[in-house]
Amino acid sequence: MKDRSLGSRLFDGANYLLLTIVALVMILPFIYVIAVSFATPEEIAQRGFILFPTQFSLSAYAYIFSTDTLLRSLGTSIYITLMGTFINLFFTSMMAYPLAKRHLRGREKILLLVLFTMLFNGGMIPTYFVVKDVGLIDSLWALMIPGAISAFNLIIMKNFFQQVPYELEESAKIDGCNDLGILFRIVIPLSLPAMATIGLFYAVTHWNTFFNAILYINDSSKWPLQVLLRDIVMLANDRFGDQSAVERSDFHPITIRMAVIVFATVPILLVYPFLMKHFAKGAMMGSVKG
Amino acid sequence: MNVNRLEKPNDILRELYKNSWLYLMLIPGLVYFLIFKYWPMWGLVMSFQNFKPHLGISGSDWVGLEHFIRLFSEPQFFKLFRNTAVLALYNICFFFPIPIILALMLNEVRVELFKRSIQTVIYIPHFVSWVVIVGISYMFLTTEGGIINDLIAHFGFEKIPFLLSEEWFRTLITGQTIWKEAGWGTIIYLAALSGIDMQLYEAAKMDGANRWRQMWHITLPGIRGTIIILFILKMGDFLDVSFEQVFLVLNTMNREVGEVFDTYVYTKGLTQAQYSYSAAVGVFKSVFALVLVLGTNWLAKKAGEEGIY
Repeated sequence: MKDRSLGSRLFDGANYLLLTIVALVMILPFIYVIAVSFATPEEIAQRGFILFPTQFSLSAYAYIFSTDTLLRSLGTSIYITLMGTFINLFFTSMMAYPLAKRHLRGREKILLLVLFTMLFNGGMIPTYFVVKDVGLIDSLWALMIPGAISAFNLIIMKNFFQQVPYELEESAKIDGCNDLGILFRIVIPLSLPAMATIGLFYAVTHWNTFFNAILYINDSSKWPLQVLLRDIVMLANDRFGDQSAVERSDFHPITIRMAVIVFATVPILLVYPFLMKHFAKGAMMGSVKG
Repeated sequence: MNVNRLEKPNDILRELYKNSWLYLMLIPGLVYFLIFKYWPMWGLVMSFQNFKPHLGISGSDWVGLEHFIRLFSEPQFFKLFRNTAVLALYNICFFFPIPIILALMLNEVRVELFKRSIQTVIYIPHFVSWVVIVGISYMFLTTEGGIINDLIAHFGFEKIPFLLSEEWFRTLITGQTIWKEAGWGTIIYLAALSGIDMQLYEAAKMDGANRWRQMWHITLPGIRGTIIILFILKMGDFLDVSFEQVFLVLNTMNREVGEVFDTYVYTKGLTQAQYSYSAAVGVFKSVFALVLVLGTNWLAKKAGEEGIY
């Protein structure tokens, strides 16, 4: 089975080398950011490119937590991520389940109604006025409700539900369980890989939400993390912490920005390995037509 | 006839009763789609009005096509169209093939652990926000202490204002897109690749095909359908160049090449309160995107491929 010709081995060598380089190029900037966030000002001045600081310093982290600005944004982001993902999964699964029933009359029409929104939409301005008219401006609900169901995720979930063996649902029905009960007691527990994958997609959207907050949230005390992050990193607003620490200057200003970035990125990366094994499988569901 | 029998009111009621829970479960989702997806579509009629928020759509004056005529006669229009289209072309030429190439490369890897490690690493940037991606690029590329420009200066060249120049804007945007999405983009191709029948490779080997020829004659045709479907979908996003990203990278120095339809809608509509005009720009963009998707789909079908519908 193995092809051991010289050409084939050269091919493999070049392939492995190139893939390694691609992966390194993609990951090194993050490692650099993490390293610099822990570096001391002296080390930054001496060495240009740091991938592993020789002296660890936590002063940048001490600074970003010296006031409650960042903590408040962090709280907001955690809240909209947890609450928002719950809303997403609840409403998406509740709509996907009936749509997975091929015998249901009117199903095709509703699917068409959903699919059309993937091709055409009202756009920014009319959507803004709808959010305004339902009274969500300056409310954190504006970051969760208007995106409650993604048409794409709905279709993926519907396709997954169609693969759940019907006999299991049937026996629950005979035991007197209604469709809502079947969904929550049988179908969802059997679809955990899909729920984990779609939940991760939704959670990432919430954690990374930026522009919707710019549009709908004027009150800066309700800003989620990404909006504050832009303020600090790109508009170079370093003055959100305790100013006495700046005067002691026991850190390089750049480390503050790096520390904030690390802070805004790490939570998502911590969940990622746990869900990795699910979503490699789950993400393929979308490619199955049905 | 069968249809007539089913259309009897009694049967519909019986059907509703029998599946009452299923229909009840559909209601929240339907209400959501009607309010947050279809109500905004109705709201697009404001592009034919002089919309005033306190009067609403029913109370505002109708002006017909005035806003569309203004859009098409404005010199801005050509610039917006050019900027959006060029960015989209950059995306199609330089970004679109990369996930395909990466997937083909990963597909050739026989060591499972190596393959999985590479996949884990290259998926990561997808999960990071645009604010972080653009923020990190800023810190790397700035002329004031950015590591890239420090290197350029170290070798005795003049610093390059990547962030504040018109020439570098498109390269910057495309580069960031590759960094963030190229790895993640491989997933769908890898799924398609795993569906190719291994016997085809065996047969090709018998016939003496080397690995290049196997890739060309078996692997690529095996994922052609997927490539075409993704290409059609990409056409739908043609004018939708990642808005958050452009919004973040845009500044006064690169606005001339960086302003696209979406950022223009935001500036005109929500910062200058020209609601109807900006809604008209949005309508033009959405309709154009729809025509592109349907057109590409029609072409693909004409060429004997499977379209998206």
